[in-house]
Amino acid sequence: MEQLLQQLVNGLLIGLVYSLLAIGLTLIWGVMNVLNFAHGEFLMIGMFSSYWLYTLAGVDPLFSVPVNAVALFLLGMFIYRFIISKVMHGPALAQLVVTFGISIFLANSAALIWTPNFRSIEHTLLSGTWDISGLKLSIPKFITSIGSVVTSFGVFWFLRNTRTGKAILAVEMDREAAVIMGINTERINSLSFGIGSALVGVAGALLATHYYIYPFVGGTFGLTCFCIVALGGFGSIEGAFIAGILVGVVQTLGGYLFNPAYKLAIVFAMYLITVWIRPQGLRGW
Amino acid sequence: MKMRRVAVVLAVCAIAVALGVSQAPAQQKVIKIGALYPLTGNLAATGMDCKRGADLAVEIINGKFDLNLPFAKDEGIPNLGGAKIEIIYADTKGEPKNGLAEAERLITQEKVVALIGAYQSAVTKTASQAAERLKVPYVCSDSSSPTLTERDFKYFFRVSPHDGTMARNQFEFLKDLETKLGKKIKTVAIVYENTEFGANVAKMQQKYAKEFGYEVVADLAYPANASDVTSEVGKIMSAKPDVVMHAAYITDAILFTKTFKEMNLVPQGFLTMAGYVESDYLPTVKADGNYFLVRSTFALDLAKKKPMVGQVADLYQKKYNIPMGENTARSFSAPFVLADAFNRAKSTDPEAVVKALLETNIPGDQIINPWKGIQFDPKSHQNIYASAMLVQIQDQAYYTVWPFDAASRDVVWPFPPWKDRK
Repeated sequence: MEQLLQQLVNGLLIGLVYSLLAIGLTLIWGVMNVLNFAHGEFLMIGMFSSYWLYTLAGVDPLFSVPVNAVALFLLGMFIYRFIISKVMHGPALAQLVVTFGISIFLANSAALIWTPNFRSIEHTLLSGTWDISGLKLSIPKFITSIGSVVTSFGVFWFLRNTRTGKAILAVEMDREAAVIMGINTERINSLSFGIGSALVGVAGALLATHYYIYPFVGGTFGLTCFCIVALGGFGSIEGAFIAGILVGVVQTLGGYLFNPAYKLAIVFAMYLITVWIRPQGLRGW
Repeated sequence: MKMRRVAVVLAVCAIAVALGVSQAPAQQKVIKIGALYPLTGNLAATGMDCKRGADLAVEIINGKFDLNLPFAKDEGIPNLGGAKIEIIYADTKGEPKNGLAEAERLITQEKVVALIGAYQSAVTKTASQAAERLKVPYVCSDSSSPTLTERDFKYFFRVSPHDGTMARNQFEFLKDLETKLGKKIKTVAIVYENTEFGANVAKMQQKYAKEFGYEVVADLAYPANASDVTSEVGKIMSAKPDVVMHAAYITDAILFTKTFKEMNLVPQGFLTMAGYVESDYLPTVKADGNYFLVRSTFALDLAKKKPMVGQVADLYQKKYNIPMGENTARSFSAPFVLADAFNRAKSTDPEAVVKALLETNIPGDQIINPWKGIQFDPKSHQNIYASAMLVQIQDQAYYTVWPFDAASRDVVWPFPPWKDRK
């Protein structure tokens, strides 16, 4: 019973990480219908950025959150301006293939520059585990999930309450109408790509506190992220947030109650059933 | 005019012929071997380890070294006029389908005369199928799935021990330990990643657990390369085993170690393999890796009994600036076995090489592993002398702790609780 509660907590903790990763991905999809296959590699760059800041300058990964957010925001804008925006006018297949190409380029460049070796950050401000009457709560994982919630709600707030945010939502709902209303969609596109990338940069800094770091780490989270975005409904921020938690909890509890061998099968079964009943996903339209 | 043109043409022809003639023997002096390793993807760091081992072996064969290894003292392969070996690498990206495609490419396009690699059993399985079909010898010294040598392939040979042997070794250790401690060890949890490697390790461990009289209280397969393993560790904790046996590659080994600590799992001991002897494992988990027991075919402390091991390890350290480890030691042996076969066959013809491989008899003092030597079983083509020893991580380094008579340090048992460590 105690172990069951422990697994529920663990599921929530990893689920919130998934949420943060998926929100960035779904935002980019929602605004410009581009599936960013390089999302996992952006995460990898975020993790390496925190690693080098820690190793070379002694900056705790927690303080590299804002640095990563800005750096990845700029990287996202750059990649949008110089690569994605060019293929946006091309065939849909080109858009699909280009982000895939970027992902391979980034992962292998990282392997070339930093070697494919594994790294990790030890003894951060957040190392250790709390023991709450038998319930084990990893401090870095807990802070990561808090960071994920704060960032996610920050994005909700930004989208609902600022002019730029509302413009992003408008483009997401109806691009043509947004253009007629005088919204500069090109600017919104690059902003959204920047914001989506900044979010994964934040996730990278938070994950760097307790996860191993290596050039191909993006792949570990990639497939799960796509499943979450589809489950939540393509383009739905709330959907991605809820679906992330759902996948984390179902995967962990499912693995514990049945057999870990089936935990991914359980998650994807849940996904298949959901899209069977609601093809648009939980919160899609 | 016409005469001059003819003269020029003749001269060009003569030069071409001369070049051709002078090139022909030079070409014969290089023997191309194909090597398959995961050079990118999840196991890229492992692949690089393997590549370094094979590269060093080829350097020793081709050059002059004062070492008691086959062909170290002379350049190249003597019976083939000092022919040099060249390795052509192919990247499997860690996937069986690439293993198959790359093996075919190496054989048909690069014209390699033999194959080595591919570390992951699942990849070796498909790659060796291609080699068998195209009739090219394949000497594997790193994959451990028993099924590889159960297929009775004609062209496939394995130098390193398989999981069946190593699982038996692990239980022999537990029996020895019970005698040493005068205490019973009763239950084991078998935890494994669900690919060719993990699944077959588990099958063998279940078999030998039964044979040696241990109760398997948890039998847990899990999807390899997962992003979170808390449910797996939760399952192990609920089963309360005396010993946890874990088969994992590097990514899972790191994540599990961190999760064992976080959730405070403290069995009497952990018996592990593969990922836990990876050269990246200890630098990543640091002191958290202490006291894990790992099955191995190599350790730096073998140098105490076999000085040649120390000499090779020094060469490696000097060349790559990192200590030599298990994966490197494994990939290191295949080129020697092949070179020895080429030499005795006096040819690189596949049938002659297979015949020579079957007659392989490399003595124990000419290898860096702690075995009696290398000789292949005539049917399965498995090295009959291959076995595993156990090393334990102490003070963030690997020390031989079993067989007890070969140990350089005493085994630390039971596993010290996480909370008592700094």
